[in-house]
Amino acid sequence: MSPPLETTPLHEEHRRLGAKLVPFAGYEMPIQYTGIAAEHQAVRTRAGLFDVSHMGEIEVTGPDAVSLVDRLITNDLGRLADGRALYTVACNERGTILDDLIVYRRSATSVLVVCNASNRAKIAEHFLSRATETAHVRDASNEYALLALQGPRAFDVFESAGGDPAIRTSLPSFHFRDTNVGDIDVIASRTGYTGEDGLELFVAPGSAATLFRKLLTAGEPLGLVPAGLGARDTLRLEARLPLYGNELDETTNPFEAGLGWVVKLDKGDFLGRAALSAVKIAGVTRKLVGFEMTGRGIARHGYPLLDTRGAVVGVCTSGSPSPTLGTNIGLGYLPPALAAIGTEILVDCRGKHVPARVVATPFYRRRS
Amino acid sequence: MASKYETKTDRKYTKEHEWALTEGDEVVVGISAFAVDQLGDVTLVNIDVKPGQTIEEHQAFGTIESVKTLSDLFAPVSGTVTRVNTELENRPELVNEDCWGKGWMIAIKPSDPERLSALLDADAYQKHVESSGQ
Repeated sequence: MSPPLETTPLHEEHRRLGAKLVPFAGYEMPIQYTGIAAEHQAVRTRAGLFDVSHMGEIEVTGPDAVSLVDRLITNDLGRLADGRALYTVACNERGTILDDLIVYRRSATSVLVVCNASNRAKIAEHFLSRATETAHVRDASNEYALLALQGPRAFDVFESAGGDPAIRTSLPSFHFRDTNVGDIDVIASRTGYTGEDGLELFVAPGSAATLFRKLLTAGEPLGLVPAGLGARDTLRLEARLPLYGNELDETTNPFEAGLGWVVKLDKGDFLGRAALSAVKIAGVTRKLVGFEMTGRGIARHGYPLLDTRGAVVGVCTSGSPSPTLGTNIGLGYLPPALAAIGTEILVDCRGKHVPARVVATPFYRRRS
Repeated sequence: MASKYETKTDRKYTKEHEWALTEGDEVVVGISAFAVDQLGDVTLVNIDVKPGQTIEEHQAFGTIESVKTLSDLFAPVSGTVTRVNTELENRPELVNEDCWGKGWMIAIKPSDPERLSALLDADAYQKHVESSGQ
């Protein structure tokens, strides 16, 4: 027996729009409204609106809020200015990844940690168990709905719905600010998970449906569509953004996942630091690479990767047709000796050995 | 919900959502509108059998993949494969555009045409789809 699925404050909106709803991380979520490829292309060329309210939000407050969070993440929150967001991972003692996070520094005494829905209970407990008199921790996930407005026309939509035009011009990437859309208060963050420019909007659950409809109505003439988790996954894959449970888990360390840039070994002590220092010195035994299928086949999560003689050398972590490129792409772990761009490999697609080639990533990069 | 997915009364169905249409001494095989809806955008159709090859009822003869998922394709009857829709190799989207016609996959000359009556008719298939929670 699995427990009943949770829903987001936008559940009725999804139903009304005819979304296909599927269980995801304990929530019933829209995987698509009209079709993954169409929603994907809308985000690449116009704009898409995603409900990502299932993400977890952990609030850490008090005089030692920053130092508590800093001890549990690999990136350096201490040097971050107020109003800035930071991509990071949280590791365990062994230096493997508990979750990837975006940490928002609201002030020296208030930090918001956004984690994956699938890891919410684990991360909430991870932080809660380290709470002190001077660093309070609270799982505030049910106090926020989260909408992602993404794509080249995202700011046109935002402004058309009543958002402040100054956000576009004065809120840089990985910055956030309290603002409003018409009479709805939001926290606007210039972040996303699609490879496009755009915003993520934190909003009170009671205002989420109104905001969602307001954006869809204002955005419709601009080509905005509601977009589901299916398109979110193909978009993030093209942009080579890792997904926890696929590229990242408690057996992977950030160096092999290509996330060495979020590990600041010199920032002071943090959970996993000793293990990660050792990995840095010893080097990695496998590397996350991107590949493109050169034969007929689609690599999927868990398919073995083989060398050209047919020996298993790695594993595919994510794979999909790329709606933007029109080819079949994937990410996976390979030994460093086979990770060079241009290396020919085989993907074991349920017994069929389909040729593929290691390619440069991201597969897609927006023109800025 | 009953009318959400189209079915055709001129053919039979498997519980795995293949249709089987008798044309002369052949049985043409494809997948239903319900199956297509479940898959979403079809991006790859792999047919692993060739004309002349024998095939058993319920044997997997290929796979169909969409952006998100992969499904096996099962033979509704035993017999000899007579034709394969090679056009799907380059145009898998035909399955989305016309699953009842241009999106057909293989044709089989059944070894025992009587076996076809064991498959679901349109009504029974419609009920099967509804009872599978859709």
